[in-house]
Amino acid sequence: MRPRRFRRIADLLARAGWVIRRVLGAPDYAAYVEHVHRVHPDRTPLTADAFARDALARRYDRPGSRCC
Amino acid sequence: MPSLAPRSLAPRTPLAALGWALVAVSGAGALALVALSRGEPVSAIWLLVAALCIYAIGYRFYSAFIAARIFALDDRRATPAVRLSDGRDFVPTNRWIVFGHHFAAIAGPGPLVGPTLAAQFGYLPGILWIVVGVVLGGAVQDFVILCASMRRDGKSLGQMAKEEIGPIAGFTGMVAVLGIMIVLIAVLGLVVVNALRSSPWGTVTIGLTIPIAMLMGLYMRWLRPGRVLETSAIGLVLLMASLFAGRWVAEHLSLAQLFTLDGRTLAVLIMVYSFAASVLPVWLLLAPRDYLSAFVKIGVVVALAIGILVALPPLQMPALTRFTDGTGPVFAGKLFPFGFITIACGAISGFHALIASGTTPKLVERETDARLVGYGAMLVESFVAVMALIAACALTPGVYFAINAPAGALGTSAQSAATTIASWGFTVTPAEMIELARQVGETSLLSRTGGAPSLAVGMAHIFSGMLGGGGAMALWYHFAIMFEALFILTTLDAGTRVGRFMLQDIGRHLWPRFGSTSSGPIVVLSSALFVAMWGWFLWQGVVDPLGGINSLWPLFGISNQLLAAVALCVATTVIVKMGKARYAWTTLLPLAWLAIVTMTAGWHKLFSPLPKLGFLAHARALQAASAAGTLPPGIHSSGELARLIANDYLDAAVAAFFLVSVLVVIADSAREWRAVLGGKPARSTETPFDSRVVAGD
Repeated sequence: MRPRRFRRIADLLARAGWVIRRVLGAPDYAAYVEHVHRVHPDRTPLTADAFARDALARRYDRPGSRCC
Repeated sequence: MPSLAPRSLAPRTPLAALGWALVAVSGAGALALVALSRGEPVSAIWLLVAALCIYAIGYRFYSAFIAARIFALDDRRATPAVRLSDGRDFVPTNRWIVFGHHFAAIAGPGPLVGPTLAAQFGYLPGILWIVVGVVLGGAVQDFVILCASMRRDGKSLGQMAKEEIGPIAGFTGMVAVLGIMIVLIAVLGLVVVNALRSSPWGTVTIGLTIPIAMLMGLYMRWLRPGRVLETSAIGLVLLMASLFAGRWVAEHLSLAQLFTLDGRTLAVLIMVYSFAASVLPVWLLLAPRDYLSAFVKIGVVVALAIGILVALPPLQMPALTRFTDGTGPVFAGKLFPFGFITIACGAISGFHALIASGTTPKLVERETDARLVGYGAMLVESFVAVMALIAACALTPGVYFAINAPAGALGTSAQSAATTIASWGFTVTPAEMIELARQVGETSLLSRTGGAPSLAVGMAHIFSGMLGGGGAMALWYHFAIMFEALFILTTLDAGTRVGRFMLQDIGRHLWPRFGSTSSGPIVVLSSALFVAMWGWFLWQGVVDPLGGINSLWPLFGISNQLLAAVALCVATTVIVKMGKARYAWTTLLPLAWLAIVTMTAGWHKLFSPLPKLGFLAHARALQAASAAGTLPPGIHSSGELARLIANDYLDAAVAAFFLVSVLVVIADSAREWRAVLGGKPARSTETPFDSRVVAGD
């Protein structure tokens, strides 16, 4: 009983964390890996570290926009 | 299940119809109460009820109308996020997450500062413009641009202007956006300078956010790559610690002196910081600050909402003040047109069109989600503006004007301020101002223009009333200042970087090498150039004896509303080219209003014979003083006088440039509308509906 409840809380927290990350615009590595496996099965996805760096570069290295 | 935007817009059941009628009646009733009440202070609840009811009706009926009749949003039509899905930029995302992300991107200091300044007219003009403007203008603009971009693989506003209207409009728009960025960054810099001037507590707290961000950046880069939440949590804890560190310094005699900085020093520091942020790698400073600031942004909005809902403060400011006649001290000019440009963000903001055609359209999973994201998020931003208005109007008018009127109007002592404010018909005693400053841990609150200190006092007032006063008031005040300054600085540093890219993009037409974003010297040169451009305006604002906000905020308001006019031109062109010209009034209506408001305001700023209002008249008045060999009050040398005169001419030129740019874009658009309506084949660049690609599950 206890462990299951803990797991449910942990799941809920993980889910909330995922939502907040997405709202902040942080990249979603798991979704990226899933995408690569599904659409380009022949390619190897970037490592988590490389993906994080690449996402950052893409976010700021083109004139996006900034609001008042 | 895939669904179409509803064909029939009427409520489906009699009960629903009754419910919506009730909402309409409540909204109208609350608005009437707010508008007609005289004498007794009105409770903030009526402003909130009026706003929420009108938002509900606008969302339920007007946005549904646009979704169904103009775009015929259809979930069977795959969005760019689905079609071009790459796991990086184009990612189909749950609509509530896109909504949150879009809101965090459009929300900034604008909706907090504008309504605070416009409170000098009383609360009534502000609330009416915010609520009506958003439902018929701002939310429509954001929504239509989002839909247009979504139907064009997520193209930017600039690209759409070029492809839908023509190269002239495209280029003019691009240069105008650069000009707007310059004015925006300068005026926001000035808000920060005025909030931190002679405030060791605020300066230390904000100063510490820079090493905190760098620490977060290093942590995320080397220790725990990609751990955004963990890093942000550490950052937020350190941020709270910096609040107490600020207080410790302010109470320490010699350290407090060291961090008591004047406006000029602060302005230079802000320029140096923004330059560094634009040149340093983004992972070190920009990215961690962005995350921190997004938390803070949402935190401040939620805290303000809770505070106002719990406290429901009575509005001390009258519905209308005598300053609607244009003699107001906070900024010059009559209610029409200046009320409508002072409150830009919150009613309609051109900058949102850049966001709605940036990251957001690449995330929208289903076409019908665009209604919640485009129209809905703007309603929330508008609600933030209503809350800022309430916080400003909950202060007694005497206190409000003591904080927001420049030293040029109030003099420099609490006594002279009290006398001047009494002559305006409001009361505040010198003792009251001194006591208030002591309570919030500042040496003085007189003439702290720019809106941030006033909002912070308002918030501190609401929170400490709710959670116990005394020492808490000072913490709440600096908490609010830290929040505001943090996300203003995020706009400054990221804006400088964006502005540098834009400058390079325009400059490469003259000198191809200037466009290189990988060459170190070019990056340094273009960054320095862009900082110098906005730094000039910031510096002039700081040395201006009238306080700077006076001349810069209207210029920013005009430029932001003009960008909205450009966006609405693009929106109208898109609608006309879709063959929906009969519904083009949805965007033509706000476009016409903005064109009238901004042209009138621009004209006043240029040619008004009043030195307080017109840039040219002000220059002439200073020249007359210079010829007579006298120095006007607040000006220390003839060199300073000459610079002020030059700056008036520059301000005038900038205002004229904005007006001409928009006339060009409107004329170019009108030409295209006429051509299309006259039978020219519409070359709309909408991505065709491919029925083989099916969206959703």
